[in-house]
Formats: sequence, structure tokens, C-alpha cells
Amino acid sequence: MAEFEKANSIGEWFDQRLNVKAFTKVMMTEYWIPKNINFLWAMGALLVMLFKLLLITGIFLLMYYKPDVNLAFDSVNYTIMQEVGYGWLFRNIHGVGASVVFLIIYIHMFTAIYYGSYKKGREMIWLSGMLLFVLFSAEGFSGYMLPWGQMSYWAAYVITEIFGGIPFIGDELVVWIRGNFYVADATLTRFFMLHVLLIPIAIIGAIAFHFYTLRFPHVNNEEGEFFDYHAESKKYLAGDKAHSKVIAFWPDFLSKDIMVIALFMVFFFYLVFYNNGFAMDPVNFDKADSMKTPAHIYPEWYFLWSYEVLRGFFFEIGGISGKDLGLMAFGFAQGIFLVLPWLDRSPMVKPANQRPVFKYWFWLLMADLFVLTIFGKLPPTGINAWVGFFSSITFLGLFISLPFLSKIEAKMAGGK
Amino acid sequence: MFALYVGVAVAILLIVLNIVLSKISFPKEGRILAIIIVLVGYIYWGFEPFAHHEMHPHVEEASFAFDGKQDVAALEHEGKDATETKAFWASVLKTAEHKGDAVAGKTLFTANCTACHSMKSEGFAELMSDADAAASYGVTPPDLSLAGKIYDRNFLIAFIANPVKAMHIEHKYSAGGEKVFPMPASDSLQPQEIVSIVAYMVEAASKVPAPKVKEGASEFEISKAANKEVFETACGRCHAMGYAGIQARTPADAMSKYIGATPPDLSQYIRSRGDHYLHNFINDPQRKLHGTGMPRVGLNEKAQEQVVEYMTQVGDSKKDEREALGPKVLIYLAILALFSFLWKRKIWKDLH
Repeated sequence: MAEFEKANSIGEWFDQRLNVKAFTKVMMTEYWIPKNINFLWAMGALLVMLFKLLLITGIFLLMYYKPDVNLAFDSVNYTIMQEVGYGWLFRNIHGVGASVVFLIIYIHMFTAIYYGSYKKGREMIWLSGMLLFVLFSAEGFSGYMLPWGQMSYWAAYVITEIFGGIPFIGDELVVWIRGNFYVADATLTRFFMLHVLLIPIAIIGAIAFHFYTLRFPHVNNEEGEFFDYHAESKKYLAGDKAHSKVIAFWPDFLSKDIMVIALFMVFFFYLVFYNNGFAMDPVNFDKADSMKTPAHIYPEWYFLWSYEVLRGFFFEIGGISGKDLGLMAFGFAQGIFLVLPWLDRSPMVKPANQRPVFKYWFWLLMADLFVLTIFGKLPPTGINAWVGFFSSITFLGLFISLPFLSKIEAKMAGGK
Repeated sequence: MFALYVGVAVAILLIVLNIVLSKISFPKEGRILAIIIVLVGYIYWGFEPFAHHEMHPHVEEASFAFDGKQDVAALEHEGKDATETKAFWASVLKTAEHKGDAVAGKTLFTANCTACHSMKSEGFAELMSDADAAASYGVTPPDLSLAGKIYDRNFLIAFIANPVKAMHIEHKYSAGGEKVFPMPASDSLQPQEIVSIVAYMVEAASKVPAPKVKEGASEFEISKAANKEVFETACGRCHAMGYAGIQARTPADAMSKYIGATPPDLSQYIRSRGDHYLHNFINDPQRKLHGTGMPRVGLNEKAQEQVVEYMTQVGDSKKDEREALGPKVLIYLAILALFSFLWKRKIWKDLH
């Protein structure tokens, strides 16, 4: 064992044992972030904040929640909302947080798409981010079941039913997932386990991995510029902060993140106190009833676009039923974002608006996702069904055409 | 389709906004923020107010006139013959012009009503237990102590003359149909006699003392007790309110036989239906939910507000606490945001 001298301060005592000073340098004060960024680069820190809020409120809710079909509804709506001191506040934060975290995930994700932050060495950042999106989706879905209201039950019913469309093993798979032939107590208890144990652990691991993937390629910047981090950091350390292209993670970068977080929290808590109906659907304040189907079944807003792709195909094409086509399109929609770095074959790393072809693709995709989301909640009748069909087709078409369009762009860029 | 037009308008707005803001050299981050706010606002509008508007068609706002105009309009809208309904409400309004005599009304009330109905405040006791009454009549008949206070006068007149028409449940008890409503229409009573009975009910109700509350009760508890009394009379014969410990007076099995389904527990209805829906629904259930087993109960405006307020006091009992805490938290966060802004500015001063 190494010789330990008597420490002169608490800091030194820890430094001897944990090498705190060097660790702080590597992780904070000499972890370099480009200076040329805007507030959209604060979404990552904001997501960490929202995840913390969800985790902490979740732990408190867990103390009173009862995962049992006979007790769940009242344990949430009576015990937590009315009996436990400030239980309503914890539930509102958790419910609104779960909805708003997806808004920020989408902003984070489309920031990455807009600025091309998934390209040229940053593929692992993108992949780990998409893994987090999948995990958060599973977390959102499993959590939505827990209050055991009408929407909890029927969303669970509809979503687990989707797996029945998988060839050969579908029917058995649905029973395996539900733990019963229908959505029942066994379904609730297993999704409870997933929600409070397995998925949160996976999320925490994936967040750590996501941070790690940023380390070597570095965070992208507003112009997609590549520069010598070593030279720029030297300038910074020599005191020429104004001319260096980099800033330190702490305190420079985080001071701005914290400002964005604090500003966002004002808006967030306004929602928590005064406008939480969008996150806690009124229909879910009716207790689950397997004999009574609600007039309209729809998922939470952040799943609407993929739900609309699922039901966009409502008639048979070429001998394949609309249901199967929808299922295939849905599977495509779930997986396609993951391979985006390989679909975009243009070498340009620039904001979308500076890319001759990609800019149209990006804004078309945005418009299509908006249409899918809004029509995903409306009853799929008459003209709505056709809007759903064409916007689903557009979605598929956009992704299928991306490799060709980006190739054209690559040629244009090469010709310059 | 409307959502698409709005979407196109939003897209045009964004392009114009972007051009204008860049022309006036508005800070780039402000421009990005403006774009995000417009886009998030559009999507929120789409999946919340717009979607609700599409899924829950508009109905006419609650009316407390009880003059039959809406019933006639509804029938005409469906293309059905409204002559009979029109004549009925015309006669109700004509009857209502008479002036009632409470003393004569008491005699008439004793002779005509007390065989089935209690009026405990005036010493007319219940003749049977709730369960026995439900078994005999199908549903436990209401106690009428508060009737003169919580029900509209026109409605009571219409009700005594023809309960089925007044309650707007002809679809369940059609003339010559299989089912017969437990309370008969009073063909023998003269208009003057009807208004006298109503006058007596009004006078009797005015003498009912406010419900007892424990000494030093807060304003909230006093109003809750008063509202509870109205709720129990108006809704409690059929509906339970589990979170307030209220069981329906008619036993559940009798109720489901009577109406074909067990009426829902109302504990969370203020959350699941909301204030606005409840106001329209209670006023005339058929208008909002065609074919429902729930009758129009004829509450006047004040009583209906008390019922909905009680549902809030039970179903959303922390509303006052929430509204009191909200501003404090927001002010705290605003101050935090201000300090974090000043700190950020201090740090970034050296970076530019």
C-alpha cells in the first residue's frame, strides 16, 4: 500500500484516497464543450433534471401505491391524492414530468437531427440516445398502467394486443406478456415491477453510457465545425477564454444549463399546479372496467404519431390486411430512427437549413409528424382516416427516400 | 381537415416570423425559442382543446328556465312530433301563474304524497326501510324535506303533473310501454292544487335548519356540510360517493334491476368529467348522453352549483391547498431563475 501522509484539509484527505482533483478536472473543469452552441444544447441537462424529479417523486409514490387491481385505483386517487400530506403534489409532478420529459426528449432528438449530430463519429451518441428513447417509452407505458383507470386498462389492452400480430408466435406472446389471457392482476403486477425496478435500472445505465459516448467525438456545435480541441483548450487554459472555441463543462456550460433549467421549472410547475389535465387524462379517473370500452381510446400525446402510423392502413392492399400492414408500418416507424446515421449518406455536418436537400426533408418530416400526432387522437372516420393513411405513407416514403436524397446532396456538395 | 388548415397557417406564420425576426436582427436564440413555442403551442392545441372539441360535440349550455323549450327543440331536431310536449309545457307554465296556498297545500300534501314520501322535517316519517321501499317501488322514494328549496318551481309543477315528461325519460317509460314509472301522473289534481302543494314544500324547506357542524368548524367544513345535504337528497338515492363514505340509499341490486345498470360511484367524477360537463349533464342528462338511464332531476341553479361544489370538495379535496401553494412555488422558482441568470451572465462575461 502507498504511504499516506497526514492530510492538512478535508479536501486533501479525499484527494489522497479518491484522486478528487484529477477526477474533477477530467469530468468537469477540463471537459471541453464547444462555445458555439445555443440553449438547445441545454436539453440534455434538463432531461437529467426531469429524470431526477421523476425518480424522487416516484420513490415517494411507491411508499403508498398498491399494485393490486382492487386497490390500485383508490391507493392513487384517494390515499395519495387526498390522504397523504402533499401526495397530490408528488403525483402531479410525476404525471406532468412523465409527459413533459417526452417533449424535451423530442426537442433533444430533433435538435440532433437538425444539426446532424448523429454523423461522422457520433453514431454511438445517437444509438445510445435512441436506446434511451425506447426505454423511456417502455417506462411511460408501464407507468401509465399503474393507476388502473379506464385508459390504463384499455391502453394496456390495445398495446399488448399489437404483439398478437407477429407471425406464428403472436397469440402465445400476448398471453406471455400479459401473464393471463386478458389484461388482469398479473399484468398489473409485472408492469409494476418493470416500471419501478428493471426499466429504471436500465435507464440509469443507459444515461451513463450516453454520457460516455459523448466523451471522444465531443458534442456537436451550431455550425457542425470540426476543430482541434487540444489547441483550443490550451488557449482557454492560458487565459484567452474569449478567443478559445471551447468552454469548460463546469462552470461555463453548466451555468447556462442551470439557467435554462430554472426558467423551464417556472413553466413546469405552472403546469403541475394549474394545467395538468393534458398529462393526466380525465378518462383515467374512471376505474378500469373490462366490460365498458371507452368511446375513444388513444395513447398519451407522445405516442400519437406512431399510433397513427399503426392505424393509418385501414384497408387491404395486395392481399395483406390493413391490420397487418399497419403493424408492419408501426414496426418500421419504431426502428427506423435508430439507423438514421446510415440512411443519411450526405457527408455534410451542418444545420439542416444550410443543407440543400436535407432541409426540405427535415421540415417535411416535422410537418408529417405534427399531422400524425394531431390526427392520432381524432376518431379515424371519414376524411380523418385518409389523412392518417397519406401521412403514414409520407412517413414511410420520407425514410425510404432519404438514402437517395442524401446521395444527391452528397454529389452536389462534392461538385462545389 | 380544420387541423390541417391551422397547420398550414402555422407553417406560414413560422416562415414570416423567421424572416421578420432575422431582418430586425433579433437574437438568434430568441428566434429559435419563438419557433419552438409556436410549434409546441400548435401541437398542444391539436391534441388537447381541438381533439376534445372534435370528440365531444358541443351541446347547448345548461338552462334553468324549465319551460320545455329545449325538450321541444330536441324533438324537432330529431324530426319527431313535439305537439304533445309543447302542449304539456304550455299547461305547466299556465299552472305556474297561479298563486299557491301553503296551508291548503299541507292538507293536499298529507292526502296525496305521504303514502310513499317522507318529509322528516315536518314529521312525516318514512314508512319502510330503504331496502323495503326499493323492493316495493323499484327505487327508494325521496324524502321531500328539502324539495322546495333545491328543485325549480316550474319543474316541481311539471313533475307532479307528469313525472316522466318532467324528468325527460319518455324513452324508458313510453305510454303503453312495458315499464311503468313508480309515481303516477296526477290527472285528478287541479292546477291550483298543484301550486299549493309546491307552495307548501317551499315553505317547509325554508324552515329546515342548516345542517349541524361541530363547533369552530371552518368555512370549508360549513359549506361542505350544506352541500352534502343537497347532494344526498338530489343524488344519493341512486349514486354512491365512496370517498365521502356515502352509500346509495337504494341497494345496488335493486338499482340495477330498476335502471338496468348500477349507477356509478361519483367520488372522482369531478376529475373524470370536469366541472363544465357536470353542469350541462346534471341539468338535462339526455342532452349530453342520449339514452342514459339518469333522469333530469330539476335542480335549480344554486342547488346544482352546490352539488358540483360538493363533488369538488370530495373528489378534488386538495384544490384549495394546491391553489394556495402554487403562487409561492412559482415565485420561488422565478427568483431562482433570476439568480441563475445573473450567475450565468457573470461566468459568460469572460467567454465572449
